[in-house]
Amino acid sequence: MDAQLKPKPGVTGTQAKQRISARAVLLSLGVLLANIVVNGLIFMFFRDSTLNPLLTAVLAVLWGVLGVYLIYYTLTWAVEQYPDHIRRKVLPYIFIGPAVIILGWLLILPALRTLYLSFFNASSEKFVGLSNYAAIFSDHLMATALRNNLLWVFVGTLACVCFGLLIAILADRSSYEKIAKSIIFMPMAISFVAAGVIWKFVYYYQPGDEQIGLLNAMVTYFGGEPQAWTSMLQPWNNFFLIIILIWMQTGFAMVIFSAAIKGVPDDILEAARVDGAGEVKIFFGIMIPFISSTILTVTTTIIVFTLKIFDVVMVMTGGQYDTEVVATQFYRQFFMYRNFGYGSTLAIVLLIAVLPVILINLRQFRKQGGF
Amino acid sequence: MVGKKKRKGSKTVVNLILGFICFIWLLPTLGLFISSFRPAADILQTGWWKVFPHQEWTAGETLQLSKDVDLRGPIEVNGKTYSDDQLKAGVKADDSRLIWENRRARTINVQEQGWKTTPDLTLDNYNNVLSGKEYKLKEADGSETMQKGTGLSQAFWNTLTIAVPATVIPVLIASFAAYAFAWLRFPGRKTLFVIIIAMLVIPIQVALIPVLKDYTALGLNGSYLGIWLAHTAFGLPLVTYFMYNFISQLPKDLFESAFIDGASHFTIFSRLILPLSVPALASIGIFQFLWVWNDYLVSLIFIGNQPSVQVMSMKIADLVGSRGNDWHLLTSAAFISMLMPLAIFFLLQKYFVRGLMGGSVKG
Repeated sequence: MDAQLKPKPGVTGTQAKQRISARAVLLSLGVLLANIVVNGLIFMFFRDSTLNPLLTAVLAVLWGVLGVYLIYYTLTWAVEQYPDHIRRKVLPYIFIGPAVIILGWLLILPALRTLYLSFFNASSEKFVGLSNYAAIFSDHLMATALRNNLLWVFVGTLACVCFGLLIAILADRSSYEKIAKSIIFMPMAISFVAAGVIWKFVYYYQPGDEQIGLLNAMVTYFGGEPQAWTSMLQPWNNFFLIIILIWMQTGFAMVIFSAAIKGVPDDILEAARVDGAGEVKIFFGIMIPFISSTILTVTTTIIVFTLKIFDVVMVMTGGQYDTEVVATQFYRQFFMYRNFGYGSTLAIVLLIAVLPVILINLRQFRKQGGF
Repeated sequence: MVGKKKRKGSKTVVNLILGFICFIWLLPTLGLFISSFRPAADILQTGWWKVFPHQEWTAGETLQLSKDVDLRGPIEVNGKTYSDDQLKAGVKADDSRLIWENRRARTINVQEQGWKTTPDLTLDNYNNVLSGKEYKLKEADGSETMQKGTGLSQAFWNTLTIAVPATVIPVLIASFAAYAFAWLRFPGRKTLFVIIIAMLVIPIQVALIPVLKDYTALGLNGSYLGIWLAHTAFGLPLVTYFMYNFISQLPKDLFESAFIDGASHFTIFSRLILPLSVPALASIGIFQFLWVWNDYLVSLIFIGNQPSVQVMSMKIADLVGSRGNDWHLLTSAAFISMLMPLAIFFLLQKYFVRGLMGGSVKG
């Protein structure tokens, strides 16, 4: 993080400010052009290619990976043609250039454009001021989406953090720690779509005696009535969807807590035990305060994740039966109804919801002596 | 040692509770796994747990009652009386069960309890889902042609084609940028980096509408390049942050001597930094790879309904929507899509966890 790597004086001092040669300018422009043209042509070729899909895939991967590297390589080579003082000024921008261009074009500018669109009507033609915002907070469907999303955030996060902490503590004392942690953590690796299928099967309901869904089979075994868990029983059906999130994200909380718990100094714990403190007292009096910042990090991460929950609801119910959340409502407005005004407004609502987290991140970065 | 004994006792309790939680955690996946190997008819008729040995009533001998028994009154069988409703549902008599075999003909079946398994396991579902079903197409002139639907195998390759570059490209671009942010001085460095930190948790929904408009204008929709770029942009903030944390921690004198020897930054980066960063690159690479592999929303928006580029998550979501009761297809399809993440998870768990720790700011 300190001063730049300066070449020792005298090494390059001899070739002080040189003139920029015409050759260098021509070369660098040529390289830039060649990059654009060659990659453009390759792109066209792939877009219209009728090759065997497997071959296309292999070639595409090669191009994607090598292409990027070659862009850096040729550009730095072009800069090498210039005298030192220019090279040193330009080189950093070649290193960060692609990242900044891609981020600017596909993330930062779009965010501003979305904000702009949120003040316009469905077809983005008429300026409507804040009426989209007023509409989504008064519209019944939207109100449901907001309510459900809050439910997701609150119940889901709380459960993940509590379970994660509990399992981390238990695993810490068990001789089967590794296996147990792997099992709990495994759902983290699979997609929400696959998890949706897994749980759809657990919740499956069919009229008749024989239930093939695990939950209904258990309910009927104990003499209850089988239920259509995710479609009836509103608003409780949301909880059955939230269980999927808990099943997937608890492992994440557990892994991080587990690492934090290992960091609690043993001598403090021993001292407390010698003083006759019970395990519960040790847990609340020593462990929790010790890992409080980790708890905060995990909580924020899961909150942010849960705010944007989309796949689960889409796969399980498609947002029907009053299970709509903000992200699914966004998709519906923007993709199905082509209502860009509402869609953008919902996206901005999500953005506003994560703003505090962004500020926390920035503060922490500064605290760590960011720069 | 009284304390030791107590500790041992509590250890058993801990292991039991933990075992129970793990059992619950595994159960849903186990059900899917077992079901994916069962014939379609079996899945719909009996629960997947029936593949394990279990007690079941099996048909035994048949009792013929006299034809004029009144069904509204008590019915006498073997000296005991039962009602019609009882016999409809099945009623226990000693250690067997009585149930109507044919109510009209007044025959009763005496069922015996026995151990049973339904062990028919097959790979048909996997073949079926990978190769795609054949279906008839009516041409305009009325003739019918057989066409093969695209199976999941195509989607598998598509997912791989998207996931590999969408992992390597952002990791490479981010490493270059991270090196510049950590070791080079240039105007705008702080501002740009702060912007990247701010982007860490931004919901991608914020970008989708304008980006889709641009893609439509440029003809990037449904192209590999378009989806790579989208994943690159959405993954860059996190990967850059992660790589910056690693690269900025490297000891300075490592490459100072190389620099004095006249090596360019590019050489230092590719010959020194990249090889040194392999563990970090692996961690964040795995994280990004799984992120892309499991993604549904980005593909849904930018691929649309082009079957030649569709990824597995879309295919499975379609299956759920259109054939929600074809459990034999759903279970095997979901399992195929889980193969890669699970393999990575069990083989490279250490790296995955490390990437996750670093990625614990991304939602």
